[in-house]
Amino acid sequence: MQQHQTHAELAEQFNRDINRVNWHDQTLWMVREKRDKAAQQVPDWEQLRETASQIKNHTLAHLHAYLLEFEQQALANGIQVHWAADAEEHNRIVHRIIQEHGVDRIVKSKSMLTEECGLNEYLLQQGIEVVDTDLGERIVQLAGEPPSHIVLPCIHWKKEEIGELFHQHLGTPKGNADPDFLTRAARAHLREHFMMRRVAITGVNFAVAETGEFVVCTNEGNADLGAQLADVHIACMGIEKIIPKRNHLGVFLRLLARSATGQPITTYSSHFKKPGPGKALHIVLVDNGRSTRLGSDDFRNALKCIRCGACFNTCPVYRRSGGHSYHTAIAGPIGSILAPALDMEKHADLPFASTLCGSCTNVCPVKIDIHQQLYTWRQVLIKNGHASSTKKAGIQLTGMVLSKPWLFRVSGKVARWIMRTFPGLMNNRFNPWTKQRELPMPPKQSFRDWYVNNRSHD
Amino acid sequence: MTSREKILSAVRQNQPGEIPMPDIHYPDNVSSNIFEQFVKTVTGIGGEVIHCSGYPEIQQHLQKRFPEPARIINTINELPGFETIAEPSDPHTFSNVSVTVMLGNFGVAENGAIWLTEEHMLNSALPYISEHLALVLHRNSIVSHLHEAYDRIGHADYRLGTFIAGPSKTADIEQSLVLGAHGPKSLIVFLVN
Ligand code: SF4
Repeated sequence: MQQHQTHAELAEQFNRDINRVNWHDQTLWMVREKRDKAAQQVPDWEQLRETASQIKNHTLAHLHAYLLEFEQQALANGIQVHWAADAEEHNRIVHRIIQEHGVDRIVKSKSMLTEECGLNEYLLQQGIEVVDTDLGERIVQLAGEPPSHIVLPCIHWKKEEIGELFHQHLGTPKGNADPDFLTRAARAHLREHFMMRRVAITGVNFAVAETGEFVVCTNEGNADLGAQLADVHIACMGIEKIIPKRNHLGVFLRLLARSATGQPITTYSSHFKKPGPGKALHIVLVDNGRSTRLGSDDFRNALKCIRCGACFNTCPVYRRSGGHSYHTAIAGPIGSILAPALDMEKHADLPFASTLCGSCTNVCPVKIDIHQQLYTWRQVLIKNGHASSTKKAGIQLTGMVLSKPWLFRVSGKVARWIMRTFPGLMNNRFNPWTKQRELPMPPKQSFRDWYVNNRSHD
Repeated sequence: MTSREKILSAVRQNQPGEIPMPDIHYPDNVSSNIFEQFVKTVTGIGGEVIHCSGYPEIQQHLQKRFPEPARIINTINELPGFETIAEPSDPHTFSNVSVTVMLGNFGVAENGAIWLTEEHMLNSALPYISEHLALVLHRNSIVSHLHEAYDRIGHADYRLGTFIAGPSKTADIEQSLVLGAHGPKSLIVFLVN
């Protein structure tokens, strides 16, 4: 039995406020349009996607050698390298490093890996306070929520609500919802934390095997401020973040920000190669299911993801159901193919949270076949008995009807007659398809009948 | 078996067979005027470009723009005046810096980014902690795109290298762009001959 609400149930709650859903939908579509504009300005965009995809394919095929090369180079640079088989080990390693430095408060910039591992909750249980320094992440942290989007963590929050949140937590004047003013207030509040903390955690966007350096991209500069002011910098990364050569960064950095927000590049793309004088630099390499996925021809491709969020912004289901309806750290189309591999039962609903329109695949900068994987997951889940009984019955019925042309024709005719004669039968509260939407009146004739009639007139 | 061994052996066992490494394709139709493109892009991402004849002019400009008692840190030998810092110094002492002036290694026309390495920063917290940042760039040190940028960086050794493109920014509150999230609120690029 599922312990939590399904995507459909959570999406239904999100859909109760239609104005909010429309606003959410339009805001994300605007980001998608910015991405299109940015991509169109790069004449070799498609070639660039293809190259990025091939570099990632090549890297995954030689990941063993590249991990070893990265480790060797990083060690030579004076970076301390740690390996974590799963989320729990990752959390323990990070905690141990923090303890060694005798602190109980740290700053952290955006890292989806630490979200995946539940690091914040773990550290909190150990008595360590974590302050998320990305503005969007700080907002959801103050609200006691996880991020709802991997690039835009508080995209579901309205400025008036953020004003109220800041009024409660940061003491800003009640009723002030000006983004400029609120950002300044957050800057002052977080600057204090930056000045006091001796340990900073960051994520990693790319790690270069050839040089042992890693790159962190932000717009706010929070990763840099944290890392430069602290004595200890801990960078956490999944093992799939490796790329072979430094000059491959040219390919990925050209794609990342354009795909994410439509910017030509993020404000900061910082290459950390060696620890500063008197400082410590740690890297935690995390597997957490990645090496198993590497062995799957169907699902390996998802390891190419550079976490740009483009597939979220374009997804009609994500835009209208919100990130929290996916009940997993990484939501959206990519989250829906990543999560079932970690826990098939818990996330069995996610591959069904898609129209399979393929828009995600079309925008993905590293050409992951996302919608194909969603479809394949559905088959795997049904085979393993993880689909809901209504879905299973529906799929079996569809399978039977589609396999017999005569039955398909007859059932089409019957259905059209029923729907035209008794529209209430379909447009009712028992049919989930007609929540927040109405079915159009079906035509009298099927396309096949129309075609047969009209062809004879030629 | 340690986790390291476990992960590595699982990866070796599960990785698919040989897939060749692709060549990097360079854009065919690069803008003929990368200098103009650079200026336009920097401005487009919220930076400001000032054309200068040389260092004395930069000095004058900064004095006018950031009058006393603004704390101006100068990390460039050729630039006269302002405060210079001893290396190493505690980065926390820079929290009240109004503006830092630094030499950029080179700029990238397609995205307005400027490459900086820590040898020009003197203290690697300065580009991020200062309220404003001023980067000096020679007119002839602009490349057209990132592939060329990495050719130029080559196998350089550094502790920290960074592309900085415009001032620090966020759009986390309802997608409204605000300059100066945590880092500098403005970026001035002095282009010198
Ligand atoms: S799957 Fe592709 S589009 Fe989605 S976040 Fe990853 S890289 Fe971006």
